[in-house]
Amino acid sequence: MSTLKVNKPRQKTSLASRFSLSTFAWFLGLLFFFPVFWTLLISFRQEVDAGTFPPKWIAPFTLENYEKVFKVGAKSFLLNSAIASIGSTIVILALAFPAAYALSIKPIKKSKDVLSFFLSTKFLPPIAALLPIYLILKELQLLDNIFALTVFYVAMNLPLAVWLLRSFLKEIPRELVEAAELDGASTIKILYRVLVPISMPGIAATSLICFIFTWNEFLLAINVTGFGAATAPVYLVGFVTAEGLFFAQLSAVSIVVSLPVIIAGWAAQDKLVSGLSLGAVK
Amino acid sequence: MTTTADSKLANRRRRLPLYPALIFTIILTQIPFLVTLGISLFHWNIMYPDETRFAWFENFQTVAADEAMRAAIKNSVMLTTGVVFFSTAFGLLLALLLDRKFRGRALLRILVITPFLITPVAAALIWKHIIFNPMYGIVNGFATQIYQKFGGDSVVVIDFISQRPLVAIAVPMIWQWTPFMMLIILAGLQSQPPDILEAAAVDGASSRQIFRSMTLPHLRQYIQLSIVLGTIYIIQSMDFVFTITQGGPGSDSTIIPYQIYLTLFRKYEFGEAAAAGVIVIILTIILSSFAFRLIRNLLETEK
Repeated sequence: MSTLKVNKPRQKTSLASRFSLSTFAWFLGLLFFFPVFWTLLISFRQEVDAGTFPPKWIAPFTLENYEKVFKVGAKSFLLNSAIASIGSTIVILALAFPAAYALSIKPIKKSKDVLSFFLSTKFLPPIAALLPIYLILKELQLLDNIFALTVFYVAMNLPLAVWLLRSFLKEIPRELVEAAELDGASTIKILYRVLVPISMPGIAATSLICFIFTWNEFLLAINVTGFGAATAPVYLVGFVTAEGLFFAQLSAVSIVVSLPVIIAGWAAQDKLVSGLSLGAVK
Repeated sequence: MTTTADSKLANRRRRLPLYPALIFTIILTQIPFLVTLGISLFHWNIMYPDETRFAWFENFQTVAADEAMRAAIKNSVMLTTGVVFFSTAFGLLLALLLDRKFRGRALLRILVITPFLITPVAAALIWKHIIFNPMYGIVNGFATQIYQKFGGDSVVVIDFISQRPLVAIAVPMIWQWTPFMMLIILAGLQSQPPDILEAAAVDGASSRQIFRSMTLPHLRQYIQLSIVLGTIYIIQSMDFVFTITQGGPGSDSTIIPYQIYLTLFRKYEFGEAAAAGVIVIILTIILSSFAFRLIRNLLETEK
C-alpha cells in the first residue's frame, strides 16, 4: 500500500513529460522508419513519379513495378536464395539439435570448451576464408553451384544454432530425459520423440535467425556464384547498372528481396536479440 | 570395474550426438584458415603462375607497405568507430524511450527494428540512389523545398557519394545497426528485476538517482556487449562499400575486407590477399577475446 502512496505524486508531476517523451519516441521512431516508408511508397508509382525534383507525396498508384520484378526474371534468383537459406537451415537444425543436447541437459565433460570453440568460429572473418573456399570450389568444379554455397552457409551458422538451441534446451528439466532413459529409450528416440516436440519454440526461433543471416549473405555469394546460382542480393547489385530511370523498380525489387527477412524478423522479434547476441541476452 | 566401464560407455554414448556438428565445423571452418595461413607464405599470382615460390614473410611486408591497404586500415577504423558510436548512442536513446509504456509501443518497436531486417545490399542501394542521389534524391529534394520556403532561390545539390564518401557509407550503416544496438540494450533494461526498482522508489530515491546508480551499472555490460559484437560484425562487412562507392573515389572509402577482395579478384595476388587475411584474423582474435569474456559473464550472472 505504501508503494502507491509514494509513487502517486511522482507520476502525477511527470504526466506532461511522459506525454512529450512518448511523442518524442514516436517522432524518432518514424524518422527511422521513413526510408522504408518512402521506398514502399514509390515502389507503387510509375518511374516518372518516383524520382522527381522536388519529391512528390502523392502520385497515381500502379503495380507494374512488382509485375516487372517477376517478369525480368528475379524469380530464379529468389529461388536460389530460398534453396540456400531453407536448405542450409534444415541441415543446420539436423546437426545442431543433437549437438546442443549433448552440451545442455546432461552436459558432457569439457562441454564448456566445445561451446567456446563453436563461439570462436562465429567470430572468424569470412573474408580471410574466401580464397581457400574459392580455390576448393574451383578445384571441385563447384563454382556457381547453389548446393555448394549451401554447404558453406551451414558452416557459417551452425555454431550460432548450437549456442541458441543449447540456451533453449538448458531450461528443460533433466528428470524428463532420465525418465525416458529408464524406460530404455535410445538417444535418437529421446531426441526426436521427447525433446523436439517440447523445444518447438526454440527450434522455430533458431531457424528464423539462421534464415535471416543466410538470406542476406553477400560476400561469399558474390564471389562463388555466377549467373546460374546467383542469390537475390547478388542479383540486386547487378540490377542497377542496367537502366536509366529505375527508382520505382529499384524500390520494388528491394522490397521483394527484403520481404522474407522482414517477415521472419517480425515473427521472431522476441528471439531476435538472443540470436544476435549468440544466446548471451534473453 | 564394471561400473567405470559402464559409465565410460555411457559417456561415449552421450558424446555421440555432438560429433557430426563438431567434425563438420572443424573441417569447414579450420581448414580454410590453415590454407590461408599457408598461402600467405607464398608469392602467388595466378596471372604469372611460373613465378610462384615460397616467400617467407615477404607478403606481409608488401601488405604493410601498400598505400591502398594503409588507407583501407585507416578507413576501416574510422568507419567502424563512427558507426558503432552513433548506432550505440541512438540505440541507447531508442531503448530508453521504448522501455516505457505508452500507446502503440509494440507497433513502434516493429517499425524501428525494420531497418535492420532490410537486406544490406538493398539498404545500400536505397540510400545510394533514392536518398543520396544529387539530383533526384530526397535529401537534396526536401532540403531545397525547405530552403526555398525560407526565401532561398537556388537548388541544394550536394553529392554526398563523391564529396563525402565515408559519410555516405556510414549514415546508412548507422541506420541499419541502430536497431541491433537497441535490441540488446532494451533486453538489458527489461532484465532489471522490477521489485528492486520499486523498493528503491519506496525508499525515496528519485527516478534520476535510480537511473544513475542502478540502471546504468546494470546496463553497462549490455552496452559493452553491443559495442563489441557490433564492432566485430561491422568491421567484417563490406556490402555497403561494395554497393555505394566501390571504395572510391581513389582509395578514399576503401576498407580492409574490400581491399582484400580487390587484391584477390582484381590483382590476383593470392599470396598478398592471404597475408592480409592473416592480419585480419589476428585482429579479430584480439577483438573477440573481449566479446568472449562478456558473453561468459552474462551467462554466469544469468544462473
